[in-house]
Order: sequence, then structure tokens, then C-alpha cells
Amino acid sequence: MYPSARYVPFGDRALIVEFGSVISPEVNRRVHALHEVVSNAKLLGVGECVPTYRSLLITYDPIRLNYEKLVFLIKDLEGTLETYTSKSRERKAIIPVVYGGDFGPDLARVSKYHNLRESDVIRIHSEHEYMVYMIGFIAGFPYMGELVQEIATPRLESPRMRVPEGSVGIAERQTGIYPREAPGGWQIIGKTPLRLFDPSWHSPALLQPGDRVQFKPITISEFQQISSAVSQGTYDPFA
Amino acid sequence: MKLFRVIKPGFFTTVQDLGRHGFLKYGIPISGAMDEFSLQIANRLVRNNPNDACLEMTAIGPELEALRHMQIAITGGGFTPQINGQEVEMWQTLKIENGDLVSFGKVRSGCRAYLSVRGGINVPFVLGSRSTYVRCEVGGIQGRQLRAEDVIEGFNSARLLDFKVSVPEKFIPRFKDEAHVNVMLGPQVESFTKKGVETLLSNPYMITIDADRMGYRLEGPTIEHEAKGNTISDAILPGAVQVPPNGKPIITMQDAQTTGGYAKIAAVVTADIHILGQAKPKDIVYFHRVTLSEAYHRLLEYRKEFQIIERELFST
Repeated sequence: MYPSARYVPFGDRALIVEFGSVISPEVNRRVHALHEVVSNAKLLGVGECVPTYRSLLITYDPIRLNYEKLVFLIKDLEGTLETYTSKSRERKAIIPVVYGGDFGPDLARVSKYHNLRESDVIRIHSEHEYMVYMIGFIAGFPYMGELVQEIATPRLESPRMRVPEGSVGIAERQTGIYPREAPGGWQIIGKTPLRLFDPSWHSPALLQPGDRVQFKPITISEFQQISSAVSQGTYDPFA
Repeated sequence: MKLFRVIKPGFFTTVQDLGRHGFLKYGIPISGAMDEFSLQIANRLVRNNPNDACLEMTAIGPELEALRHMQIAITGGGFTPQINGQEVEMWQTLKIENGDLVSFGKVRSGCRAYLSVRGGINVPFVLGSRSTYVRCEVGGIQGRQLRAEDVIEGFNSARLLDFKVSVPEKFIPRFKDEAHVNVMLGPQVESFTKKGVETLLSNPYMITIDADRMGYRLEGPTIEHEAKGNTISDAILPGAVQVPPNGKPIITMQDAQTTGGYAKIAAVVTADIHILGQAKPKDIVYFHRVTLSEAYHRLLEYRKEFQIIERELFST
């Protein structure tokens, strides 16, 4: 983490506030805290915020709010973060996953890479709690960490053309979920029956930056039950 | 209310407005017109709200059968529009009748054209916008490009007006095969050597065939990085000039991914992004460096010019 945040313009319509040069939960927590404070402040001329690993992007209309004034206002808000406690309810989602087999074609490779049994990889992946660092790549794709070093695995050397919807993957010290079919290079170890993105929802992504997540191993028959609950809209992973 | 039946969809025709704002944090790009200037003028010509939905056509225009009497306007690149085979003017209000055939001929300039209809195109709002984002099947007509036999709907409430206006000649943009765009350096200019920055600013870059609504890959002198070309993934907006490890820049456009890990050497100023929306493969792009205050003045000028055109259109 930098001793003090860096303020950098992104062209003439956004400001980036950068808290560090590493991927870490501490730096990322700072990003989410500033995001919350800025959103609550409802500053005139400020558009939307995009939290990422180590920085917050804030868009603004330069005609209504000049850059120097924006920086001044955000620095003022940043100053309150030391003593800030989040007013929003912390959310934790339990994500059911069928590991291995056709649903997790890279589980064997990941186990072999680390000299572990498949069941150890599953246990390690599902016993830790992760934080959603950011959403990106495609609509609703959560980048989560921090994955323990024991199962951290590099991306595939040549990405797949098609990774199925719901696939749960590993890339270095991160884990993620494909909200829909897409090309991708993450090591796929399982699949969740949950829907991660639906433009008809008020908030279109299931997970939000800053959410906590834990995976739960399930069987194929549980997968089918949860699948039908999901399509009826009766499954709540936050319960 | 049915407006058109699609006979031929053209190369890539979608419904667009001014985009979907407020959802970048969920990984949803802004989308919207690649040339927002032409879209807004198309709307104003038929006295629509500037944000109403239009058809955005790319490289080859569609063929449409009118299903009722209506007012339309066509702006953007020189797509040689025709009604029943007769060439008609762009940048002005046009009247068409039930059964008329709207088609497009040779593309003489630019890359995209916009067709507005009095009252706007009626597709459902998805997350506050009618814009199509094909990659995630969001917005527009079933989240995809037009197909033959699609029917384009309008609003019953659209009252036809008895007027005909045109954009004065001097305000009509002329799209050339060269695009000059102003950029501000950053946000990751420190990832490049001084020589790398100089290379970007002093050389022409050519748009490759890898150019779509997500972004344009450019060919030209290799831009030198300070270290490697990757950084920790962070947020991207349209107009970012990213440089992957191979040193060849990519400009992100309206449907760009919301985050990415290539270092961003510069960002195209807001007032110039629409210029790139009309650039096509093999066109040359020149980057000119401006300061924040110069970018601000450019934006003020751009918005003022738009207001002047609006006043012209509404004074008759």
C-alpha cells in the first residue's frame, strides 16, 4: 500500500485513485471503502465509480466539475477512511460447486501441478473465504482472492475458445466464475448452478465488488435441484 | 407500431442510443453509438430526444421496407442512401411512405451511419438503455445485430410534424481516411520510456482489420515499454490507448471490456472519440498531445457547436 494514494487523471472525464501497486486484500478493502464513501457523498458532476484491485476510477463531467475541485473533494473523503466503518451490511455468498469430472476438466491438472489429491484441492479451495476484488472481463465476472499459494496455478498456456457458463476457475492466486460462455484461460476446476448475471435484475450481477464468498462442494443431483430453484428464482446464496 | 421490415440486415446493424451508464462496476460496458455526434444530430433532425434509439449501420447499409408513413433522417458516414432506388440527401429530414424501400449504395466516406425515426425506435430499456451489447446479448433487438425479417418497432405516440430541416453544409463533418485525435497522456504513461511516448505522438498508425465496437488494433512503430507491458488490471473507458507487450497500440471503443491489464499510455479526449467512431480499417490515426485544460476547452467548443446546430434545426 502506498503511504498516500496517487491521484491520476484518465483523460478528461475520469480520475483514478490508486492505493498501491499490488493485489492484496488490504489495498482492495481501501478501494471498496472509498467507493462507498464517494457513492454516498453524491457529488454534483460525479458519474460512476469502477472499483478494481488497487484503484477506484471515478467518472465526472468536466463541464460541471473541474478536475482540481474533484481531486480536492475526493481527498477530503479519503481523509475520513482511517476512521471509517462501513455502513453497508457485509454480504457473504455461499457458492455451490460440483468439482471435477466434465464440470471441472482442469482439476486433475491442478492436483498434479501441486502434487495433491483432487480431494485436497477441493477441500483447500472451499475451506477459505474470498473477497470479490472487482467485476470485469465480461458482465458479472468476479475476480476473487486471495487464493492460498498451495493451489495457486498459472493460466492455461493456450486459452480455450469456449468455457461454459458457471465454470469456476483458478488463475495464479485468484479464483473466478464465468457468468456465461466465453473464451478463457483459467484452470477450470468445477461448475456452479448459480446464475451470476441477469440484465433483468435491479442489480445485474449476483456478486458485487467487496462481497465475501465461500465455495461449497455439492453433488450432481444437488446441482440439478439448485439449478431448478435458480430458474424459479427461489435460491438465495446470501441466506 | 411497426416501422420497418428488414429485407437485408447489412454488414453489422444494431440499435444504439447514447449508452448504458452506471454499470461499469458490474462489468457492463457503456456501449451506445460509436459516433455520438451523428446519432444525436439524426435524432434532432426528426425532433427526437438526443438519446433516442437509432439504427447504427457499419460498412454496408441494410435494406428496409417501410411499413408506414413516417419521418426519418440519415447521418454519419457517406452511405449513399436511396428511397425506391433514388438517391436522397443525408443530414436532413426525409418523408417516406408505406411500402417504400430504403437502401444504401456505395460507402463514400466514414464507417458508420445512423438512421433515426420520428419518435425513436422502440426496443425495451435494459439497464436504462436501448443500446445493443452483442457480446452479452443485452439491449437492442434480442441483444443481437439485425437479421432479415426482423420487424423494427416504433412508438404509437410519435406525432408526425410538418417540417423539413437540414444541417447547414458548414456543420456537416467530412470523414477522411485520416483521423487526427487529441489525447491526454496517462493514466500509466510511466510504464513507457520517453522514446515510447515520442513514438506514439510522432508517427502515423494504421487501423488494422481487427476493428470493431470493442476496439481497434493499430499497426505502426513499436512503442517501447519501461518494463513489461502488463500492469495490474484496472478500469478502462472508451478511448483508452492501451499498449500490450508487443508494442502495438489498441484503442478501446464503446463495447470495450470494463477492466484490463495492458498499460494505458494515453486517453483520447471526450470530444474526439466520435471521430474514431467513423474510422475504418486502413485509415491512418495521428495522436496529438493536449493538456487537461486544452481538452476541456475542446469539449466546451464541441458542445457549443452542437447547440448551435440544434438552434439552426429548431429555428425553422
